[in-house]
Amino acid sequence: MNASAQILPAAADSRPMPPSYLNDGYSVRSWLLTRDHKRIAILYMISITLFFFIGGAAAVLFRVHLLTPRGALFHPETYNKLFTIHGVIMVFFFLVPSIPAVMGNFLVPLMIGAKDLAFPRLNLASWYIYMAGGILTAYAAIAGGIDTGWTFYTPYSTMFSNTNVIAAAAGVFIAGFSSILTGLNFIVAIHKMRAPGLTWFRLPLFIWSMYATSVIMVLGTPVLAMTLTLLAIERIFRIGIFDPALGGDPLLFQHLFWFYSHPAVYIMILPSMGVVSEIIPCFARKRPFGYKFIALASVGIAMLSFLVWGHHMFVSGQSMYGGIVFSFLSFLVAIPSAIKVFNWTATLHKGSISLSTPMLYALGFIGLFTLGGLTGLFLAALGVNIHVTGTYFIVAHFHYIMVGGAVMGYLGAIHFWWPKMTGRIYPEFWGRISAAIIFIGFNLTFFPQFILGYLGMPRRYYAYPPEFQVLNVMSTAGASILGLGYLLPLIYLLWSLKYGTRAGTNYWHATGLEWTTQSPPETENFEATPEVVLEPYAYEHMEAADAN
Amino acid sequence: MELTLAAWHFQLFPDQASTFAARVDALFFFLMGITAFFSILIAGLIVFFSFKYRRSVSPATKPRSEPMWLELTWTLIPLCISMVIFVWGASVFASAHYPPADAMDIYVVGKQWMWKAQHPQGRREINELHIPTGRPIRLIMTSQDVIHDFYIPAFRVKQDVLPGRYTSEWFEATEPGEYHLFCAQYCGTSHADMIGTVVVMEPSKYAAWLAGSPTGQSMLESGEALYRQFGCNACHGTKAPTLAGLFDSIRKLENGQTVRADESYLRESILAPRAKVAVGYQTIMPTYKGQLNEEQLAQIIEYIKSLRAFHLPEPEKKP
Repeated sequence: MNASAQILPAAADSRPMPPSYLNDGYSVRSWLLTRDHKRIAILYMISITLFFFIGGAAAVLFRVHLLTPRGALFHPETYNKLFTIHGVIMVFFFLVPSIPAVMGNFLVPLMIGAKDLAFPRLNLASWYIYMAGGILTAYAAIAGGIDTGWTFYTPYSTMFSNTNVIAAAAGVFIAGFSSILTGLNFIVAIHKMRAPGLTWFRLPLFIWSMYATSVIMVLGTPVLAMTLTLLAIERIFRIGIFDPALGGDPLLFQHLFWFYSHPAVYIMILPSMGVVSEIIPCFARKRPFGYKFIALASVGIAMLSFLVWGHHMFVSGQSMYGGIVFSFLSFLVAIPSAIKVFNWTATLHKGSISLSTPMLYALGFIGLFTLGGLTGLFLAALGVNIHVTGTYFIVAHFHYIMVGGAVMGYLGAIHFWWPKMTGRIYPEFWGRISAAIIFIGFNLTFFPQFILGYLGMPRRYYAYPPEFQVLNVMSTAGASILGLGYLLPLIYLLWSLKYGTRAGTNYWHATGLEWTTQSPPETENFEATPEVVLEPYAYEHMEAADAN
Repeated sequence: MELTLAAWHFQLFPDQASTFAARVDALFFFLMGITAFFSILIAGLIVFFSFKYRRSVSPATKPRSEPMWLELTWTLIPLCISMVIFVWGASVFASAHYPPADAMDIYVVGKQWMWKAQHPQGRREINELHIPTGRPIRLIMTSQDVIHDFYIPAFRVKQDVLPGRYTSEWFEATEPGEYHLFCAQYCGTSHADMIGTVVVMEPSKYAAWLAGSPTGQSMLESGEALYRQFGCNACHGTKAPTLAGLFDSIRKLENGQTVRADESYLRESILAPRAKVAVGYQTIMPTYKGQLNEEQLAQIIEYIKSLRAFHLPEPEKKP
């Protein structure tokens, strides 16, 4: 097959779409009461996109505010509410559900050759639970707002803030159950519903990363629920748990909160690693280098992620020896991530590489994740952590991981599987342009923040000394480019739903069971249960077969 | 809305004004080197491979072997480098936890949204901290409400300030000048205005500044007055442990544990006397919570600390 023919759209096709999950009923009821994992994935995709643009709008507003040292737009209360709502929405209602709930829901059954997830009704319930939490939190944001930061640190959140803390925390609490149930669904499906011949080491790396993510969701999220419950008990009943004035311990809250929220970082990044591990082999036409190392690194990260929470607390007043142990463990958790980066890069060696939009996102992911990971070493290094923690350095670091990493991975996934999900292809030209805009806008937004942080500008400041202005203006300029970059895919992807070229069964000529069924798939996914006879990522095998 | 750029203020690297700053920056530059090396290596390889093996010139090939030595190389090298950074970082961190014995103690109280400082000689200030060069300074800090954080970027020091307990940080300033003081732990509405100035002075100028104190009473003197006012000596030395030589000694507790009698222990024993009872004594001391504010607590503690020089024998008694 000619290489360029794969990238250029085939001739336009106006024939009606074949029967698929998309045209299996058009009523609202057929969507809102669906048990089809693919339709539930679409419900999630619409909801998280909505939350993404709410969270993004808050970010744009406070970035504009920070154009001038005394703040250009808002009162301090409003500014504090804006960054809180940005953090709460983006973490709990966009990043955590993003790839798992959208791509995981859509792909896990298809990739393992199953008709659906293990518990389809529970899967639909998960979406309703998520929406209930999201609507409650959005209500809290509108009715009074919340100004604690997404970290809800005590005793500020329990005894001092007079904003709508309980409603927001309740929303997060509720949404957590959606996470737990989704994780449970994935774990059971991956264990029990794999197609014949699909052994563990034949699983796509995306499945491995979903599995690791699900384990964290199931084990970690209940701790968040307990923590928020304790917070509510202290705030409502004045029972001393965290506030020393009532006999509580404020550091206890931080330990409990980060026991979930550090592993949650890996809920956000592991799925993207899985996506990148699918995209790179496809566009390099090669089996991923070190398949087993990448697979087991996901499991290693999931396990170690539970042992490093204290690295958020090096200057909190935690014991010095505690700090040293957590620092050591944090350096260990960096190693599996490094292994992945080297293996992805080695996969490119002697490949047959094309730079289509998903590949641009995947390569962008590697670059930004590498920088995010390496700046994580600064924060894990105790002596330097004292200076940079709580400043814009840490803001820049985690945005390189969560936006440069997780969001790039999500967008790469959307583009890569768009032909499978919709049966149509997006305009490649605009895809590449917006990937480039997002990459440039992202770096312009967040790179200056590393410098700001080392200069000492604390995070969550609505005003700052004038010498920080130039870098803040650069960051805001970058944010406006980034905002534009995110709007473009929204436009052309929606456009492609009607005008996009038909994609065919296997648009990218990729391996994996999801590419053996029609696009978009039928409601039952496969006509007959597939049987797996090949090793995963048999790209070389596929190319050889095509050559004959 | 003021839109003029303060470009003349533009800087890329913070002032370096304490002995600790140089140690932090040395590790920072090492980390910068590591970061530059690996990010250029990875980005360079990605760009190079993407060009060299582009599909138009590089057809797909047969599977090739994946040598184990390669996996081991890129596992072990990062592991070794991170262990170097770990040990280096931990040693800098540990030094931040052990102030020199001759450090001067300044008490700091944070509250929404201001910083209050009390010098041993009695001078107090708000949102400013005057200190001399060439002398180790230890800040003993607490908060009256939520968690704050006392951050001086030019010194590279930062420590959360918690309600209900003391935390401390120390530094030795090297360069006279005025430096930013920031609250670095989000503490509510006016968090960004919980800022101040650290004024570093030559020792002689610092002495002159101290002499300008309006009260004229040192912390120790104020503490002694409070000690008498509250009648501490009615029990301490007879029914209760003597306070002479108490500070910095190792105390045996009723529950079998031992504790060093540092500022935190003294503070707790005044506010919550039942928490850590010395072995051989009964829990008869009432709490002074609500009767002493944070400044007065600090003064009494300074007074008790001054009694360390008297090494009177501990009264031996068993209940």
